Amino acid sequence: MAILEVRKLYKSFGSNNVLKGIDFDLEEGKVLSIIGSSGSGKTTLLRCITSLETADKGSITVNGKMVFDDENHHKLTKEEIRKNRLSVGLVFQDFHLFPQYTVLKNVTLACELQAKKDPQWKQNKKQILADIEENAKTILAKVGLSEKLNAYPCELSGGQKQRVSIARALAMNPSILFFDEPTSALDPELTGEILKVIRDLAAAKMTMVIVTHEMAFARDVSDHVIFMDGGVIVEEGDPEQVINNPQQERTKHFLSRFQEK
Amino acid sequence: MTIFMLNAAGTVSFWTATKTLAEGWLENCTLFALTLVFALPLGLIITFGSMSKFKPLSYLTRTFVWIIRGTPLMLQLMVVFYVPGLLFETPFKNRMLAALIAFVINYAAYFSEIYRGGIESIPKGQYEACQVLGMTKSQTFFKVILMQVVKRVVPPMGNEIITLVKDTSLARIIAVAEILMTAEIYTAKGIIWPLFYTAVYFLAFCGILTLLFGFIEKKLDYYKG
Repeated sequence: MAILEVRKLYKSFGSNNVLKGIDFDLEEGKVLSIIGSSGSGKTTLLRCITSLETADKGSITVNGKMVFDDENHHKLTKEEIRKNRLSVGLVFQDFHLFPQYTVLKNVTLACELQAKKDPQWKQNKKQILADIEENAKTILAKVGLSEKLNAYPCELSGGQKQRVSIARALAMNPSILFFDEPTSALDPELTGEILKVIRDLAAAKMTMVIVTHEMAFARDVSDHVIFMDGGVIVEEGDPEQVINNPQQERTKHFLSRFQEK
Repeated sequence: MTIFMLNAAGTVSFWTATKTLAEGWLENCTLFALTLVFALPLGLIITFGSMSKFKPLSYLTRTFVWIIRGTPLMLQLMVVFYVPGLLFETPFKNRMLAALIAFVINYAAYFSEIYRGGIESIPKGQYEACQVLGMTKSQTFFKVILMQVVKRVVPPMGNEIITLVKDTSLARIIAVAEILMTAEIYTAKGIIWPLFYTAVYFLAFCGILTLLFGFIEKKLDYYKG
């Protein structure tokens, strides 16, 4: 069964129809890249799946659990929506780290707040906190930031910040990790370190959805590519095929503009 | 108030004037401290009112803030002190209480706008980051947003609180025996220097506050953003 199922998703802001019926599935352990020009609805799609926006119509299922469904959505309590969010992680284009906390605290904070709801919390407080910290350190080591545990976000480079933000999302142990143009706010020479982290995650079979403008990277890392334009999926398939040998006129046009850059 | 303020020669010693003015200054300090105690939290409540998504509440609060900020504090003092007497024939017995009410309302309105500015300056991304990490609204506000707001409002709050120190003298208009009113007793007797001497009290107090706010800013300087 697919870990993520999106069905006939519609979203508009006022008279601006941003998503016009998006349908796709994603299998566990696979990497999906979404490409397309600005305003094609990629980011809105991600925001709907991560419940930052509420879609107008359609349904979204993560891990077999209904996250959104136009008929039942109003029945969900805020608490249920909040819980549903825990199954997905999102890495933002602009990191959005918490400036007043150290790197380590940025990664542990949400886990600690979550652990307070654990019935074991009162008896096992010390052990739980130690486990959370240990887990955060392991993840930070994986993204190459063991040296920076006690640094503040303002002391880090853009690439390091983005790696912290990836670690922060991973610490919550999401079923799917979403990336919203993770390298767009970075200097070109810093994109490599982020792409390497994502490659490592892909090798470790992390399920990921990546909105990106890095065509070569999308082709190399993903199992499936979706090209969106005007709020619909214009073309999708094998990365080699979509990026190197597109069938649709709109895809060809988009990719050719990309090569001109 | 000290009765024997003048010596036989009809002058006043520096020491006696210092002590007499200090009694008046105590009134200023009381008004200052109590205003802060009540206006700081009340300001936050007004902020939530003016930022409320329930439009009538937000319009009402903003109108209130407009009236308070749009009229002189001196006039507000007079209104609070005289109007209850004129309307209900229950004049204020306690002048200090009347002054305190006017000051708390006035300063809460200003503080609320500083808080609002601080809260609205926090990027939306901070809230969204908390949301996708599954934090509740109150966790988001108290664990992530509030500290950033505090850092941002320290300079404007320092400014406003220093203004409050000097504004306490306006209580003189409803005859609260604060430092300027005390000094005027000498002035009435033809001794003018104690009036100028009051400046030393204000300067010293504001100097201490300036150092304090500098210290707080430095304490919060360990991060940027």
